[in-house]
Amino acid sequence: MSFQIDFGNEKSPIVGIDLGTTNSLVAVMELTGPRILSGIVPSVVSVKESGEVIAGAAAREMLLTHPDRTVYSVKRLMGRGVEDIQEELKLFPFHIAEGSESTIKLKLGEKTFTPPEVSAHILRKLKLDAEAELGVRISQAVITVPAYFNDAQRQATKDAGRIAGLEVLRLVNEPTAAALAYGLDKRKEGIVAVYDFGGGTFDISILRLHDGIFEVLATNGDTHLGGDDIDNLMLRIALEDIQFEWGYDVSTKSDAVQLLRRAVIDAKERLSFVPSASIDLAYGGKTYQREITRELFDKLATPVIDRTLGPCRDCIKDASVSVEQIDEVVMVGGSTRIPLVRSAVEVLFRKRPHTELNPDEVVALGAAVQAGILSGDVEDKLLLDVTPLSLGIETMGGLVSKLIHRNSTIPASATEPYTTAVDGQRNVLIHVVQGERELVKDCRSLARFDLKDIAPMPAGFARIEVRFLIDANGILSVTARDQRSGKEQSVEIKPSYGLTDDQVEAMILESFDKAEEDFSERQVREARVEADSILAAVEKARQNDAYFELTDEERSAIERGVNELLVVYHGDDHLLIRSKIDQLNDATHTLAENMMNTAVRGALKGTNVNG
Amino acid sequence: MRFYEAFGLEPALSLDAEDLKKRFYERSRKWHPDRFSRASAAEQEKALEMTAVLNDAFRTLRDPVARAEYFLKENGFELSKEAPPELLEEVFELNMALEELREGDDSARPQLIEARNRFVAMRDSIDQSLTTTTDLEEVRALLNRRRYIRNLIREVENVLPN
Repeated sequence: MSFQIDFGNEKSPIVGIDLGTTNSLVAVMELTGPRILSGIVPSVVSVKESGEVIAGAAAREMLLTHPDRTVYSVKRLMGRGVEDIQEELKLFPFHIAEGSESTIKLKLGEKTFTPPEVSAHILRKLKLDAEAELGVRISQAVITVPAYFNDAQRQATKDAGRIAGLEVLRLVNEPTAAALAYGLDKRKEGIVAVYDFGGGTFDISILRLHDGIFEVLATNGDTHLGGDDIDNLMLRIALEDIQFEWGYDVSTKSDAVQLLRRAVIDAKERLSFVPSASIDLAYGGKTYQREITRELFDKLATPVIDRTLGPCRDCIKDASVSVEQIDEVVMVGGSTRIPLVRSAVEVLFRKRPHTELNPDEVVALGAAVQAGILSGDVEDKLLLDVTPLSLGIETMGGLVSKLIHRNSTIPASATEPYTTAVDGQRNVLIHVVQGERELVKDCRSLARFDLKDIAPMPAGFARIEVRFLIDANGILSVTARDQRSGKEQSVEIKPSYGLTDDQVEAMILESFDKAEEDFSERQVREARVEADSILAAVEKARQNDAYFELTDEERSAIERGVNELLVVYHGDDHLLIRSKIDQLNDATHTLAENMMNTAVRGALKGTNVNG
Repeated sequence: MRFYEAFGLEPALSLDAEDLKKRFYERSRKWHPDRFSRASAAEQEKALEMTAVLNDAFRTLRDPVARAEYFLKENGFELSKEAPPELLEEVFELNMALEELREGDDSARPQLIEARNRFVAMRDSIDQSLTTTTDLEEVRALLNRRRYIRNLIREVENVLPN
């Protein structure tokens, strides 16, 4: 075979992925720095009537034609239970399937999907795009998450990666990734605040820079606050208007709502640059137009933007810095294009924020830098991140005993001794929660860990040391050791939300074969496209004088090349097709040269005639 | 003591904060899991373990109070949860004022603000003493007192919005 694409591990880059609420992006680290691959991929997934699942721009079009088979903003559902999302359900057209409890299932057409599976389709699209552009297989990735994501939300993101056939080497917090992309470490020492206001999430992080080390001092945020919330306020006004003007309610017509939502977003985006913009809708033979001034928009957006300021103040306090000590403020996320957001940030931090980099791209670029750190290509930078929420265990009376406090640098650990309360007790159940409140019911339940097969002995005699470890991804693991025997104690995990390991494994098996298929199918398709173009070129060249100037041998080599390519054309071995393309290419070398010469001669002749 | 070992330091009550920070950054650069993402599973495990302990140790040792508590505990001293006798009268009055405020009597407010300021001053003076005290019994007495005062401050702050 003439050539072979190297799928060896060394050549395959680790990509950085920003899996956003509204849009997603993939980037890669190159010698010159991080680079965005292909284009922005809308975080929308749709199931065609044929059963085929599509993601990205094509799926976004389906929102208008098949809203019941299409889902967007699925990030809002990651790692959550049905009872958590009642507010979301009022505002977003999620179709929740029967039987959803601790794990949400979405109904798209005839199929059901968990949120990690939906996200996996977006990730797979990014993976395929990156593979097509780089021409190599991608199997490892860094994926970003909101800094304020809890354990279940992080785990769900990691599951999505696994389902998409990606080994997720690291989850990186979005604001921290942005700090890496901004090249702020050119300033050797300093304190930086990153204000990250996206489509559906808000984060604030304060970092100390020290000679290439990015040390997060504190982070805060709201995982359900974003530009989406402003859209919903505008949408409500428009819907009320329309009901008044047209005399009927269109809010039950999902296609009309989608059209209107798009018109609202369009107006919102224009309002960042012009003082007034209109919301336009044409539906069912009627039209609606509403002019929105910047002033009215600001009035609508103010309460949403104000909700970002509390977390900012808390973060400054937790970081133990004063506003004056903060040297730079960096803006990330599409919603930071809104002038009112910029001015609110400037007032709070008393300095003009950085807006030089595209706020939609900066997180993906930072993820690529982190990928470079992991691959060893970037040696001078290191990220020290923190856990956003305190980790605790349930104690007597439904109280929380905190073991690892929020804003602790990760990896972080804590150990806690356990014993039995009853003679002969064989199990101890540990309930782990995340949050800042004193009562278990006000915190987020993470999981129950069952210490099993404790050797039977009198009450209080067992000595089990339980270790809670939060890794560099912000994800918890629990191990236990029987201190008397020194043996590892078995622990069974029952996650409160999300998928069990077995469920994820099953989804991987299902999708992995498919990903392999997807990839080779695409390779074959691309090879055929190339074959088509060379066959067409040869066909055309046969009419050319130059073809008849060839020797018999040269002509028969071309004939043979064409025939052999045609033989392999319908096979599924793209390497074989490509080798036959190369062979044909070689055979037509003289022909191509002759044709060039003829063309040049013709052109020169033409010049003479006209000159 | 594990936390001191993580920094290559001899156990001591007082530490040079700048030196500790320098050692933290050096060791983070060397042991952070990011540096081992293509290493064997065993090496990754070790890096995770080393960094977790380093971070836990840094959190404890950089804070003079947490450090003193750790140092005492490792030396076999227990901290008590009882109220220091010299504070009992003060605590009694404080509780009355807190009760009044909770019942809506705003006249207790100035007294509480004054009490909070006094407690904060006490805490700061204890923190100051902790940096110079070397006798472990004395350190224990200071820590007991500090812990109690800290709880009082928290209680007052819970009813006094800033």
